Amino acid sequence: MGRWASVPPASAGPFQNLGMKTKDPGGDAGFSQDTGVKSPWDSIFKWFTFLMAMSVIALIFLVGYELFKSSRLSISKFGWRFLVSSDWDPVAEQFGALPFIFGTLVSSLIALIIAVPLSIGTALYLTELAPVWVRAPLAFLVQLLSAVPSVILGLWGIFVMVPWLRENLFPWLRSAFGFSPLFQGPIYGVSILAGGIIIAIMILPIITSVSREIIRSVPGLQREAAYALGATRWEVTRIAVLSYAKKGLFGAVILGLGRALGETMAVTMVIGNRPEIAKSLFAPGYTLASVVANEFAEATTEIYLHALFEIGLVLLGVTVLVNALAQLLLRAFGGSGVKA
Amino acid sequence: MKLLKTLTACAAIVTGISQASGQMLINGAGATFPYPLYSKWFFEYAKVDPSVRFNYQSIGSGGGQKQILEQTVDFGASDGPMSDENLAKAKGKILHIPTVGGAVVITYNLPGSPALKFDSDTVVDIFLGKITKWNDPRLAKLNEGAKLPELDIVVVHRSDGSGTSYIFTDYLSNVSPEWQKSVGKNASVKWPVGLGGKGNEGVAGQVKQLQGSIGYVELAYARQNKLPVGELKNAAGNFIKPSVASVTSAFASAKVPDDFRFSMVNPPGADAYPIAGTTWLLVYEKQTNAEKGRKLVEFLNWAATQGEGMAAALDYAPLPEELQKRVIERIKSIQ
Repeated sequence: MGRWASVPPASAGPFQNLGMKTKDPGGDAGFSQDTGVKSPWDSIFKWFTFLMAMSVIALIFLVGYELFKSSRLSISKFGWRFLVSSDWDPVAEQFGALPFIFGTLVSSLIALIIAVPLSIGTALYLTELAPVWVRAPLAFLVQLLSAVPSVILGLWGIFVMVPWLRENLFPWLRSAFGFSPLFQGPIYGVSILAGGIIIAIMILPIITSVSREIIRSVPGLQREAAYALGATRWEVTRIAVLSYAKKGLFGAVILGLGRALGETMAVTMVIGNRPEIAKSLFAPGYTLASVVANEFAEATTEIYLHALFEIGLVLLGVTVLVNALAQLLLRAFGGSGVKA
Repeated sequence: MKLLKTLTACAAIVTGISQASGQMLINGAGATFPYPLYSKWFFEYAKVDPSVRFNYQSIGSGGGQKQILEQTVDFGASDGPMSDENLAKAKGKILHIPTVGGAVVITYNLPGSPALKFDSDTVVDIFLGKITKWNDPRLAKLNEGAKLPELDIVVVHRSDGSGTSYIFTDYLSNVSPEWQKSVGKNASVKWPVGLGGKGNEGVAGQVKQLQGSIGYVELAYARQNKLPVGELKNAAGNFIKPSVASVTSAFASAKVPDDFRFSMVNPPGADAYPIAGTTWLLVYEKQTNAEKGRKLVEFLNWAATQGEGMAAALDYAPLPEELQKRVIERIKSIQ
């Protein structure tokens, strides 16, 4: 959680040479170990926080270990084939996770493509452009969206969103972009695209709230400096605000992505639940989290249960990998200058 | 003195509480399909015998079987019979006690909602993806006079593992060797075609919205939501409307083996609806806690007699008399 909090000082804005970087007036000197007053409470506090931090890490390893232990039958029977096979047949006891991995990644990607511009746009409007009196109520409304339970959103998805997509948006997409295989084929409404849209709605509030805090933490001096150089409002936003907050915003997006990968209930209700890798976004799909939620309760054979646990393990793996990849991307992207 | 008074008062309160919770708690878990009926039973039974309290978690048949095997509950419940493999793992003999029957109905969405008839071959081929249009000659032949549009058939099935899917695929496997070979029966299977909807409401929601779609839901759900349902040709060659009565006659004509692990799809009875199944309570023949076992047997007896009478009102089919007698006989063997 400390990612974005620590970001602004680390990524100095473009105006650092102008000597405008705000200096911390040495307030933390008292806490350093070498100087300052020694108190037993300091070391107790230190060990306490250390313990807290370690318990979180231990929890992740414990979850990973338990998943691994509970899926050993499936791991030993299918090996790596589990990751590349598209066969999911509980009767014949053949299990492969590829369509679910595909569905999870694609639906999350769709969600990010929709949610990131929307969230950052909303956050910018709320911090930079909106009249002061609408900021707080609007921000509150956005956060209210995250209070809608996932099942409710799913039911709304089935009965309101999906029919609208089927009657309006999808036919339009097909007529406008039908040349691309992404928008071809029969339209059922429930589809991987509908799944992506519902995830986008669910991750909007978190990306917006975090982005808003980050943009708010950009020092006012940055903006004033840009205005002083004769920049327009757009230029100020681009040069002073966005490039300063870049890393933090990226963190916000990763946080949203984490949620997107694991979203279950609402997605299950609108994605069509078909373990298939289709080119078209109108085709039904399936996600890792959904198959566990759908089939776990009625799985009676041991290998079936183990395969479902392995799906959980794969989901954990995919989440860790995607996050690691994002971190690498951030490092490469953060190091290549400050141009937004 | 005052202190003593307070202490006695406290003690009285504590005994009061422990008396209230001195009720025996009997835990059960499993199938979701009979849950509405079971909760009605437990509610009514609390009036008959206030000294026991039932706690039932409808976590699914798989969970019910797992928990009774691990002895974390006093009884389990399942929509599918336990496999020999799972029974062999049990620490004692597990009895299957059939409680009520249910049916799976075929629902569809066509312009003008005509009443449709199906036979086993057309149902199998629709769900195999071989019949793809509503005006297919085989459907037209079964439904002379009905207006069948040239519309693509969209199959909708359950995405979550469920007893409903188990009964439906049990039927399809029973009537079609091809289905049995390529798909089989289970709470979830590899569907050759179609979209998956979560729960009865997910399937019904899809079918209601999408013209040309066809799906299956359980009878009680279809009746309570007034969905259009198809008539189905049974083994005797009659077209039967699904109803509580036609499920009970399916029960009556089904062959029930001694361990009660039976399937009653496609039964020979003349008025029997062919896609029907039962649901079971799972209990150990030898109870570890004698007192609890006695209470459980009392309840099972009540359920098999009084309880059965409440089934039809909730759209479940009660056991036919002859089977009811056999069940009561079996309950006596629980120690």
